[in-house]
Amino acid sequence: MSIFADAGTRLLVQGITGREGSFHTRQMLEYGTSVVAGVTPGKGGQTFEGKVPVFNTVADAVQATGANASVIYVPPMAAAAAVIEAADAGIALIVCITEGIPVMHMSRTMPFVRSRGVRLIGPNCPGLITPGSRTKIGIIPGNICTAGRVGLVSRSGTLTYEVVNHLTRAGIGQSTCVGIGGDPIIGTNFIDCLRAFQEDAATDAIVMIGEIGGTDEQNAAAFVRERVTKPVVGFIAGQTAPKGRRMGHAGAIISGSSGTAEEKLAAFEAAGIDVMRRPVEVVALLRGRLGLTTA
Amino acid sequence: MNLHEYQARALLKSAGVPMLDGDVASTPTEAEAIARRIGGTVVIKAQVHAGGRGKAGGVKLARNPAEAADEAAQILGMTIKGLTVHKVLVVPAAEIATESYVGLIMDRETQRPVFMVSSAGGIDIEEVAARTPEKIVKLPIDPTYGLFPHQALALAFVLYRDFNQVKAAAKIMEQLYGAYVAHGASIAEINPLVTTPDGRVLALDAKIVIDDNELFWRPDLGVLRDDSAEEPSEAAARRANLSFIKLDGNVGCVVNGAGLAMATMDLVKYYGGEPANFLDIGGSSSPEKVINALKIITADPHVKAILFNIFGGITRTDDVANGIVAATRQFKVNVPIVIRLTGTNEAEAIRILEGVGMPALSDMDQAVERAVQLAQGAA
Repeated sequence: MSIFADAGTRLLVQGITGREGSFHTRQMLEYGTSVVAGVTPGKGGQTFEGKVPVFNTVADAVQATGANASVIYVPPMAAAAAVIEAADAGIALIVCITEGIPVMHMSRTMPFVRSRGVRLIGPNCPGLITPGSRTKIGIIPGNICTAGRVGLVSRSGTLTYEVVNHLTRAGIGQSTCVGIGGDPIIGTNFIDCLRAFQEDAATDAIVMIGEIGGTDEQNAAAFVRERVTKPVVGFIAGQTAPKGRRMGHAGAIISGSSGTAEEKLAAFEAAGIDVMRRPVEVVALLRGRLGLTTA
Repeated sequence: MNLHEYQARALLKSAGVPMLDGDVASTPTEAEAIARRIGGTVVIKAQVHAGGRGKAGGVKLARNPAEAADEAAQILGMTIKGLTVHKVLVVPAAEIATESYVGLIMDRETQRPVFMVSSAGGIDIEEVAARTPEKIVKLPIDPTYGLFPHQALALAFVLYRDFNQVKAAAKIMEQLYGAYVAHGASIAEINPLVTTPDGRVLALDAKIVIDDNELFWRPDLGVLRDDSAEEPSEAAARRANLSFIKLDGNVGCVVNGAGLAMATMDLVKYYGGEPANFLDIGGSSSPEKVINALKIITADPHVKAILFNIFGGITRTDDVANGIVAATRQFKVNVPIVIRLTGTNEAEAIRILEGVGMPALSDMDQAVERAVQLAQGAA
């Protein structure tokens, strides 16, 4: 078991013939992911690397291959439209890697995505990986992960790799690692992932990696206090970041918060989340919470 | 991307928002000429990308053109929160009966643009929001439909009782929303929206922040960027497609990914050092990016050691290694460089660096600690 992606995932790649799309499709195939189709309008009928059929539309791809998940590597100006196309074609899990999508595009896209009951991860995220079933959707390097029972959710990319790497080297495997993305509007937030990990029988403990800005981590901490019985270890990046030269008042008024690291760390501690001061501490804290002995 | 007040005013004015005539000046002589054309008492306002201008002495009244020149001479060149003032806005001093707040922001929580209005406007609006949040009325707008007329009217009724003022304010809400969408804004704010003793409704100050992601396909917005209003090294970094913020420490940091970059700065501090910058070279990093990053960092005389922290995912560590080697061939780096890299093509990267006698570490803590020690030893 795992969350969101498993052995039943039949993946479609939107933008499969592009530079990023083709590179990462190769990596996903190499890792063992079941990539069943690609979509690039105008290139339908081709075959990617002799293995993956390419279609003009997501609907064609779904009909021909039974794809149930999609990963998006299309350029920023077309990415929101790609999300909508996938949702419209009945894809259940959409992972949008693309960085740089205008926030208004996402604001217009989300109501449609929700109306179709689709799970969107991202945009501007590294995607997710379930090592146990060799399922990788996105760009998280497969070689730093190993199968196990710790779930990881993060707002960041390379910082996630840093933490996962510490876990793997210490022999602590992962059920699923999810990068939810750093944009203001994202499809799946910390709480969605915490809820899924709490319900997942294959996950024993959760690692949560946040950043300064916004109130997502504070909301997640409140959720942990009320609903999560599994041990949670947390990190906030940006503890020493300088206060910005903020313009206008709207940001502070809407959130009722300045989103500082202190505020988030206090919320973590109040929720019983063990806080790591350095990424490397994730290992000792998890061992402590899981009752594991030092290897 | 932040716009100056005078730029935001121009965008709102072209959308029809009523405001007093004013103009922007770069010299005291220009300010004097504008004050003369306007006549009467004017306000001279520093144009700088920072809040709290009034409290910093960047907003002054002038009763005549000569005073306008004097005040402009004082404000031009002054520093507010580290930024030099290069331009002032000269506007007529308005007689004010009431001050309100109108803001529009993309809200993470509702995932929609949200209007926020309050009849308690002015510079203390954040305090109002913190102490008496019930005085701020919030209304999320579905961007698929836009702002409905009845919503605009309801927002205006929060501010005024006089129906003529309500109608005027409702129109301003629609104009503000229209400008917000048309110009790809993430924040648009009128503070204060005032009424005058003779009953008119006017926008006295405007702030607009453009969503950076709109700039790729909106060159018309890109031209509004004022490079001189930025820290010079930050402007240079932006042109090189690097995300960079200058800080006051002496450990220069080159990292891939914003989260890891922040965590690296935190770790520098943990080991007793001070980071000289935040720098994210981004995902697909070419050797040129590394060269540009090193140019920008070495230009800061406070930097005593440079720390590379690269976790290769999309970023190929051999690209970074090639960049470091090429940079040190192009120009002399006079401070020690500590390199930590791991991930994609790590073995090749280490081979490249060893070829020029630069050892690479694989552990982040070890590398950060070493860089802090070197920076302190060299200080």
